[in-house]
Amino acid sequence: MTKFIIRRLLQTIPVLIGVSILVFSLMYLIPGDPAQMIAGEAASPQTVEQIREKLGLNEPPPKQYLKYMSNIIQGDLGNSIRSGRPVADEIKARFWVTVELSFYATILAVFIGLIAGIVSAVKHYTWSDVTIMIVALFGLSMPNFWFGLMLIQWFAIGSWMPDWMPQMRASGWGDDWKQVILPVVTLGTGGAAIIARMTRASMLEVVGQDYIRTARAKGMGERVVIYRHALKNALIPVITVVGLEFGGFLGGAVLTETIFAINGMGRLTIDAIRTRDFPIVQGTVLIISFLFVFVNLLVDISYRLLNKRIDLN
Amino acid sequence: METDLLKVEDLRTSFYTDEGEVKAVDGVSFILPKGKTLGIVGESGSGKSITALSILNLLASNGKIVGGEINFKGKNLLSFSDKEMREIRGNAISMIFQEPMTSLNPVFTVGQQISESIIKHQKLSKKEANIRSIELLKLVGIPSPDKRVKQYPYELSGGMRQRVMIAIALACNPEMLIADEPTTALDVTIQAQILGLIRGLQTRFGMSVIMITHDLGVVAETCDFVAVMYAGQVVEYSDIFTLFEEPKHPYTIGLMNSLPRHDVEIEKLEPIRGNVPNPKEMPTGCRFSPRCPAATDLCRREMPELLKDDDGNDVRCWIYSEKWEGEAEVTVYGEKRIAKGHGSETILSD
Amino acid sequence: MVQQSPVAGTIRKPVNPRVESYKNLWRRLRKNKAAVVGGLLILVFLVAGIIGPYLTTQDPNLPQISIKLQGPSAEHWFGTDNYGRDIFTRIIHGMGITMTVGFFSVALGGIIGVFLGIVSGYYGGKLDTVIMRIMDILLAFPGILLALAIVSVLGGSLTNLIIAVGVFSVPAFARIVRGSTLSVRRLEYIDAVKALGASDARIIFKHILPNVMSPIIVQLTLRIATAVLTASGLSFLGLGAPPPTPEWGAMLSEGRAYMQQAPHLVLFPGLMIVLFVLAFNIFGDGLRDALDPKMNK
Repeated sequence: MTKFIIRRLLQTIPVLIGVSILVFSLMYLIPGDPAQMIAGEAASPQTVEQIREKLGLNEPPPKQYLKYMSNIIQGDLGNSIRSGRPVADEIKARFWVTVELSFYATILAVFIGLIAGIVSAVKHYTWSDVTIMIVALFGLSMPNFWFGLMLIQWFAIGSWMPDWMPQMRASGWGDDWKQVILPVVTLGTGGAAIIARMTRASMLEVVGQDYIRTARAKGMGERVVIYRHALKNALIPVITVVGLEFGGFLGGAVLTETIFAINGMGRLTIDAIRTRDFPIVQGTVLIISFLFVFVNLLVDISYRLLNKRIDLN
Repeated sequence: METDLLKVEDLRTSFYTDEGEVKAVDGVSFILPKGKTLGIVGESGSGKSITALSILNLLASNGKIVGGEINFKGKNLLSFSDKEMREIRGNAISMIFQEPMTSLNPVFTVGQQISESIIKHQKLSKKEANIRSIELLKLVGIPSPDKRVKQYPYELSGGMRQRVMIAIALACNPEMLIADEPTTALDVTIQAQILGLIRGLQTRFGMSVIMITHDLGVVAETCDFVAVMYAGQVVEYSDIFTLFEEPKHPYTIGLMNSLPRHDVEIEKLEPIRGNVPNPKEMPTGCRFSPRCPAATDLCRREMPELLKDDDGNDVRCWIYSEKWEGEAEVTVYGEKRIAKGHGSETILSD
Repeated sequence: MVQQSPVAGTIRKPVNPRVESYKNLWRRLRKNKAAVVGGLLILVFLVAGIIGPYLTTQDPNLPQISIKLQGPSAEHWFGTDNYGRDIFTRIIHGMGITMTVGFFSVALGGIIGVFLGIVSGYYGGKLDTVIMRIMDILLAFPGILLALAIVSVLGGSLTNLIIAVGVFSVPAFARIVRGSTLSVRRLEYIDAVKALGASDARIIFKHILPNVMSPIIVQLTLRIATAVLTASGLSFLGLGAPPPTPEWGAMLSEGRAYMQQAPHLVLFPGLMIVLFVLAFNIFGDGLRDALDPKMNK
C-alpha cells in the first residue's frame, strides 16, 4: 500500500510540471507583448524595456520557466497588473470561498445523488425510477448558470413564493444560509444528476452478482440484501466520481460565482480575463488545477484502500 | 411416503424475455428420500440449475414458476409467503453454487458471511456466531480457522472459498443441501476433495442432498437416485443401480455409451448426434425425437408421458408404453430394449 | 459451445468479430424509445437550424426600441429583448451557431483524440506513455477551466470558441479510443491479420478503426452535449461570439440584466440549450445501450 501511495505521488509530479508549463506558456500565446501589456498602452519604450528586464522576459523561455517555477515553489505567483498586489495575496483572500462553495456543492450532490440513485435502482422500471432518471437527465443537460438564474428569478426576485418561504439572497457569500443555498444548489445539481445515474447503474450491476444470490440463499431479507450486501459494493465506483465532481465544481464555480456575485477564485479569474490581468489568470488556473490534482490523488488512494479487499480479477 | 423429504411434481418455470416466454423447466418431477442424494444430470441448458433455483425460489427477476408443486416435508413451498421462504432458505434448505470465486461477497469477511446466517436463523449473538463460524470452518477442513474467519474472500483460493460456501450452507444444520455444480469451476484434485467433504458431511449429519451436475462420474460417486434432464424435462428418474445397469431412455443410453467404461467392453464410443434444441423452438412430440435413433412417427407427433414402473422408476419414452407402434425389440446405440407394447410385461429383464 | 474445427492445411480468412453487430444496431436503436425521441429532436434541430433562418420573417439583429422587453405574444412567440428584437427569430438564427460550435468543436476534438488514442493503444510503449501523460495534464484542468484559459488567451470569437472547446474534448476521446484499441488489439484475429502480412496502416484503418467505432460514435454524440454546454457557458461569460451574434449563451448574458422586468429574456434561450443538450444526451444514451456488447445477449 505504501508502495502504491509513493508511486501515485511520483506520478503526479510530471502532471504538475506539465500543468505549470502549460499555464506558463499561456503568456506567450497571448497576441502582443507581455511587457507592453503590463506597462500599459501609454507607457514609454524605456519603461517597457525596464519591465522586460525586470521580469526576465529577454531570457530564453526555458530559463524563464525555471525562474517562474522556483517563484511558485516559494509562493510567489507574480503581481497583479491592475492592483500591483501579489497574485498570491489576491488568491488567498478568495481561495476558501471557492473551496467552501465546491465542498458544500459536493455534499449536496452526493447526498441527493446517492438517495436518488438508490431509490431508482431498488425500484427500477417503476414510475419512480423513470421520473428520477428523467429529472437526472434534465439536471445533466442544464447549463448550471441558467439554472442559477432561474433559481434567482424564483426564490430571490420572484413574488409568487408562498409567504412562509424566506426570500433567498442572490449576492455574495457569507454565514447567512439564505445567501448560501442558491449558489450551492446551482453548482451541485449537475453533479447530483451524474452521481444518481452512476449509483443506479452500479447498484443494478451489483444486484446481478452471484454473491447477492448467495445472500438471498441464506434467507436474508430484501433490505439486508440491498442495503448491506449490494450497497457497500456499489458505492466503491461512485467514490471516484465524487472526487471528479468536486474538481468539476471548482471549475464550474467560475460561472456560479459570476451570477451570484461571489468573491471567489472563479470570479477573480473572470474579472482578470476581462481586464487582461494575466498574472492573476495564470495564478488562479494554476491553483485550481493543482487543487484538483491533489483531490484526485486522495480519491485514488482512498479508492485503492477500499478496493484492497476486492478481487483484482 | 413419510420418507420422502422432497417431492417435486410437474414443475414448470418460465423466463420472460424480449423474444417471449422461454420454458426453461417444463414438467419436472422427482422424489428425494430423506437422507439420500439425488443427482440431477443434464447438459447445460437442460434446465437443471433452474430447477434447483426454483426449489428455493431464487430465480432472476424475469423468471417465474408457472406450475407444479414443490412439496418439502409435505408442505408445498410454492404456497409459502416471502417471509416463510426466507425462514426456509439457509436454514432447512441450503444451497451452494457453481462459482466459488464470485459467490462470496468481496466486502465482508468470511466470518461475517457465515455468522450472518446463524444470527438470523438461530438468534445467536455476534460473539456466539463467531465461535460457531470457527467451528464450521474447522468442520469443512479449513486450516487455522480462527485466522481465516477474519479474512476476506480475495485472500482465499477457489477450493477454500467453496469450503467457506459449504460452511455457510451448513451453518444452520439444514435438512437438505442443494449443490449446483459445486465442483465444475475447480481443479480436478480439489473437485475430489470437495465431493468427499460433501459426502462425509452428509453421512455425518443425515442431510439429504441434491447434486446438480453434468458429470456422470460425479453421479456414480455420490448419488442414490438420479433424474436425467433433457430440454427442460425429466426424461428418466431411477435409482443409481438401475440407471447404470439398465438405462431406459434413449438419451440416457446415449449418455452412458458416450462415456468410456471399464466394466463393459465397448468397441467404440458413439456420440449422440445433433444438438440440444433451442428452447424457443422446441420440437413437437418427444423433445429428444430429432436425435433419437429409435424415433417413430408417434414420437415426433406426441409428447410421451412420464411412465412409472413398479420400482418407482420413471421414464419419458414411448418405447415403454402400450401405444408403442414400432418393433418389439429396439436397438438404441447398440443396446437392445424390449418395447412394452408388444406384450412383454417384465420390462428390461435379462 | 463453439466447436473448434482444426482442419489441417486450410487457412481461413480471419473473421472480424465485431462488425457483424452493426447490422442489428438499427433494429435495437429503433426499439429504444428514448433514443428515437432524442434522434427525432436532433433532426428537428437540424432542419430548423438549416432552413429556419430563411423562414423567419423578422431580422434577428434589427433593433426596434419601441417594442422592447415585450412578453410572449402571437406576434412575438418568445417576446422581444431589450432592443426590441424578436427572441424567437434570434433563437432560430442561433440554432445554426450552436450546431456549428457543437459539431465543429467535437469534430476537431474527435479527430485529434481518436488519432492520439489509436496511436497510443496500437503502438504502446513510450509513445503511449507520453501521449497519455499529456492527456492527464489536459484533464488536470477541471471542467470549463481549460477551455476558459484557452479562449482567454486567444480572445473571444466563434472560431476561438470552437478551438477551445475542441481541445477540451480531446482527452475524453483519446482515453476511450485507447482503451478500445487495446482490447481489440488483443483479439486473436488481429494477430492473424498481422501474420498474413498486413501493414500497420491497413490494420489500423481496416481492422482497428471499425472495431472501435461504437464507443467513438457514442462519445461523439454525448460530447456534442458537453461541448454545447461549455460553449454556452463561455459565451455567457462574454468569451464567445461578440454581440449582436444571436448565440444562446450570449443572449442569456445580455438578458440577465433585465431578468427582473422580463424573465423571458433568460427563460427561452436557456430552455433551448436544455432541449438541445437533452436531445444529444438521450440519443447518446440510447446509442450506447444499442451498441453495448454487454447488452447484445
